Amino acid sequence: MSILAYNGAAIIGMSGKDCVGIASDNRLGIQYETVAMDFKKVFKMNDRLFVGLAGLATDVQTLDQLLRFRMNLYELREERTMSPQVFTNLLSNMLYEKRFGPYFCEPVIAGLDEKGQPHLSTMDLIGAISSAKDFVVAGTCEGNLYGMCETLYKPDMDQETLFETLAQALLASVDRDALSGWGGVVHIITKDGVISRELKGRQD
Amino acid sequence: MFGSSSSSIIGNDILDIGSRKFDHRHGADDNNNMIPYAPPSLLLDSLNEHDRFEVPNVADPAHFCRTNFASTCGGGDSHQTVKFAKGTTTLAFKFDGGIIVSVDSRSTMGAYIASGTVKKVIEINPFLLGTMAGGAADCSYWERSLGMQCRLFELRNKHRISVASASKLLANTMNSYRGYGLSMGTMITGWDETGPQLYYVDNDGTRLHGRYFSVGSGSTYAYGVLDTYYRPDLTVEEAIDLGKRAIYHACHRDAMSGSINNLYHVTKDGWVKIHAIDVNDMHYEFLEEKEKERSARMASS
Repeated sequence: MSILAYNGAAIIGMSGKDCVGIASDNRLGIQYETVAMDFKKVFKMNDRLFVGLAGLATDVQTLDQLLRFRMNLYELREERTMSPQVFTNLLSNMLYEKRFGPYFCEPVIAGLDEKGQPHLSTMDLIGAISSAKDFVVAGTCEGNLYGMCETLYKPDMDQETLFETLAQALLASVDRDALSGWGGVVHIITKDGVISRELKGRQD
Repeated sequence: MFGSSSSSIIGNDILDIGSRKFDHRHGADDNNNMIPYAPPSLLLDSLNEHDRFEVPNVADPAHFCRTNFASTCGGGDSHQTVKFAKGTTTLAFKFDGGIIVSVDSRSTMGAYIASGTVKKVIEINPFLLGTMAGGAADCSYWERSLGMQCRLFELRNKHRISVASASKLLANTMNSYRGYGLSMGTMITGWDETGPQLYYVDNDGTRLHGRYFSVGSGSTYAYGVLDTYYRPDLTVEEAIDLGKRAIYHACHRDAMSGSINNLYHVTKDGWVKIHAIDVNDMHYEFLEEKEKERSARMASS
């Protein structure tokens, strides 16, 4: 089994009209044994920027700490918040620095840029960036997530529709994956603030 | 030559099916020494045909089969081109009110959940039940074949086959295919003249008699519940609840088990299907129960 699938995860980032959403499941497992059902994999970097980390749990937590450190340093030096584009490049560089001994994480970045427009990007574990206008996914059921997103996504969704779409896409995907699920969480980022909701999912 | 040398007492030979003795008596093919002894099939035998599966035409077919067509749990078959569905929790226990057989219904292929509505209890006949763990095809084929052998026994001997004999027929079959990469972990249960009986049979040819068994990837979780709450003097209701809970806890923790809990009760009049409940509904039912108990404790203290 791949080390990226050791703990299990499912993460989606999706854009709406003047808003962007990110959703993840709650499972932490050790291969097929479920250990925790409240594991955090989506992290708030600032009021308009979230990052989801799918992959090896130890690296998920280490990367979160490293990213928070770099974000704080940037904000102190520059006296401004980091834009999603800058954050994406920062993370990509951090990952490539470890080209021959990588962090086993695939990040999903969701945020609003300076103009309040959605920014979505993802990368592989050594930092190859790929950006999308509609949605990005990562995790152990990537195929399922792509399938659901392709079916449910519509351009220019409002906050509530975006939440509903993310929730349905995530729950339907993890119900066909053994390594992710056990509930989830959705964050909708708007220029007026963040709406976070817990999802009640299947417990098997 | 087939059948000409069979024993004069009709019906006795059936007990040897799958064993070396049976094949010797029926003149197993000596031309191919690579195949140790022929697996049984009474139907084919009576048609005067070779009574075994075709195997690859190589020097060591067992080795070839077990390295290319084996159905092993975990990542054991990751090198193989052919992979199979597996991952299960099944359990069965004997108690004063009969036998409870309780199973989940998830089928996984790697991390992908291939199905959530698999029937893992195989109804061999109105008095015999088998459970399915390991390779789905291996279990359903060989337990159906066992059903046929049991029916033939009944027709020849004018009485129902004992669970001990039935399980031994299956164990003998498994033994004759030892090393070929079959994957089967099953419990054969039923009610015969000697009362309720429970046997565990697997693809190694193991055949165990016991009070309770659990088989599959989630079996350790189920054993935890079973070991804690099992008593021989459980009432039928308590026993059903125990079977249900053991499967629930296994499904909750084991990623390869889940979906629906099918539960059967075996009595002297044969088996009855008790329920098919979604494990997720059970989770919230038990959660509510816990909350009630907690508030009752708070109120009393």
